[in-house]
Amino acid sequence: MKTMIDRVALIGRSGLDVLAATGRSGVFLFNALVGRSRFGNGFQLLVKQLYAVGVLSLAIIVVSGLFIGMVLALQGYNILKDYGSEQAVGQMVALTLLRELGPVVTALLFAGRAGSALTAEIGLMKATEQLSSMEMIGVDPLKYVIAPRLWAGFISMPLLALIFCVVGIWGGAMVAVDWLGVYSGSYWANMQNSVQFTHDVLNGLTKAVVFAFVVTWIAVFQGYDCEPTSEGISRATTRTVVYASLAVLGLDFILTALMF
Amino acid sequence: MRTRTLELTVGLFILIGVLALLVLALRVSGLTVNATGDTYKVHAHFDNISGLTTRARVTMAGVTIGQVTAIEFDKDRYTGRVEMAIRGDIDTLPADSSASILTAGLLGEKYIGISVGGEDDFLVDGSEIYDTQSAMVLEELIGRFLFNTVSNDD
Repeated sequence: MKTMIDRVALIGRSGLDVLAATGRSGVFLFNALVGRSRFGNGFQLLVKQLYAVGVLSLAIIVVSGLFIGMVLALQGYNILKDYGSEQAVGQMVALTLLRELGPVVTALLFAGRAGSALTAEIGLMKATEQLSSMEMIGVDPLKYVIAPRLWAGFISMPLLALIFCVVGIWGGAMVAVDWLGVYSGSYWANMQNSVQFTHDVLNGLTKAVVFAFVVTWIAVFQGYDCEPTSEGISRATTRTVVYASLAVLGLDFILTALMF
Repeated sequence: MRTRTLELTVGLFILIGVLALLVLALRVSGLTVNATGDTYKVHAHFDNISGLTTRARVTMAGVTIGQVTAIEFDKDRYTGRVEMAIRGDIDTLPADSSASILTAGLLGEKYIGISVGGEDDFLVDGSEIYDTQSAMVLEELIGRFLFNTVSNDD
C-alpha cells in the first residue's frame, strides 16, 4: 500500500517537474527576447553567433542536401520509369524537398550540429560560473549570452533550409538529367507546373521558421537550465538532440495536416 | 577571427540564403515577375471539365497564351464555368473562337486549346467563348467502343 502511494506521488512529482520546466523555459524565452534595448553592442554579438551557428553549419547542410536530392532522383526515376513517366522526376524531387525533407532534415541536422554545441557551450559557462559572475558585475547574461544565440538560430536555420532545398534540387537535376538522361526541359517544366510559390515554397519556409524557433529554444534552454556538473552537461546535450528531433518530427505532422 | 572577416562571411551567408529563396521562386516554382501583369479575362462553359485545374495552360496553336484562373460549377446551366486570363498583348482573338479541353499525351495534364474563329469582333475582357468542346473522358470512349463491338456482333 505504501509503495502504491509512493508511485502515485512519483507520477505527480514528475508531472509537476515537467510543468515547472515548461514554465521556466517560457519565462526564460520571454526575458531573453523582450527588452533587448541596446542594439549597438548586441549586433556584434549576433554576427559572431550567426557565424558560429549558421556559416559553420553550411558545409554539412550543402553536402547532405546534395546527396538527398541525388538519391531522391535515383529512387524516383527507378519507380517512375515503370510507368513511363520518368519526366515527372523533377516534380517529385522538388515537392518532396520543399514540403518535407528540406525543413525537417535541416532541422534535425541543425539540432545535431548547432543545437548540441549551443547547449554544451552555455552549460559549461554555467558550470564554470561565468553566468553568475556576469550577474555579479551587473551584466544580464540573458541579453549578452542567450539572446544573440536565440536570434542567430531563428535567422540562420530558415536560410539553411532554403539552401538545402536548392542544392537538393540541383543534385536531383544532376542525377536525373546528366546521368539518367531525362530531358532537362521536361525536368524543369514539370517542376514549374506543379510547384506553387505560396502553397509549396512559402509553406515550406514557414515550417523551417517554426522548426528554427523550437530547436533553438530547446537547445539554449537546456544549456541554461542544466545541472552545472560535467554529467549534467552531458545529459543536457543529449536531451537537446532527442527533444529537438522529436519536437520537429511531431510538429511536422501537425503542420503538414494544417497546410496541405 | 577578425571582426571584418566575420561580418563578411555572415553577410555572404545571408546573401546566399536570400538568393536560394529567389531561385526557388523563379526557377523552381516558375513564378514570373509580371505574372499578374497585363491580362484580360474570358470565360467558357464546358459540359465536362474532367481534371482541368486552375493554373492550367491556355494555348493557341500550341503556344501558351494564358492560364486558367478559376473553375466553378454553374448551378443554373449545370455546366463547369472556366475563367481564364489571356495575355494582354494577344487582343485579336475573334469572338467566335472555340475552346476545347485537351490532354497532353494520353494520360498527361489537361489544358485548354483555343481554335481561331472567323468573326470581325474580338474577345474582350469579360466576354464568353460560346463554342466549347468538353474533355475527352477515356472511360466513356472505351464504354462506347465496347458497346459498338457488342451491337455489331448481333
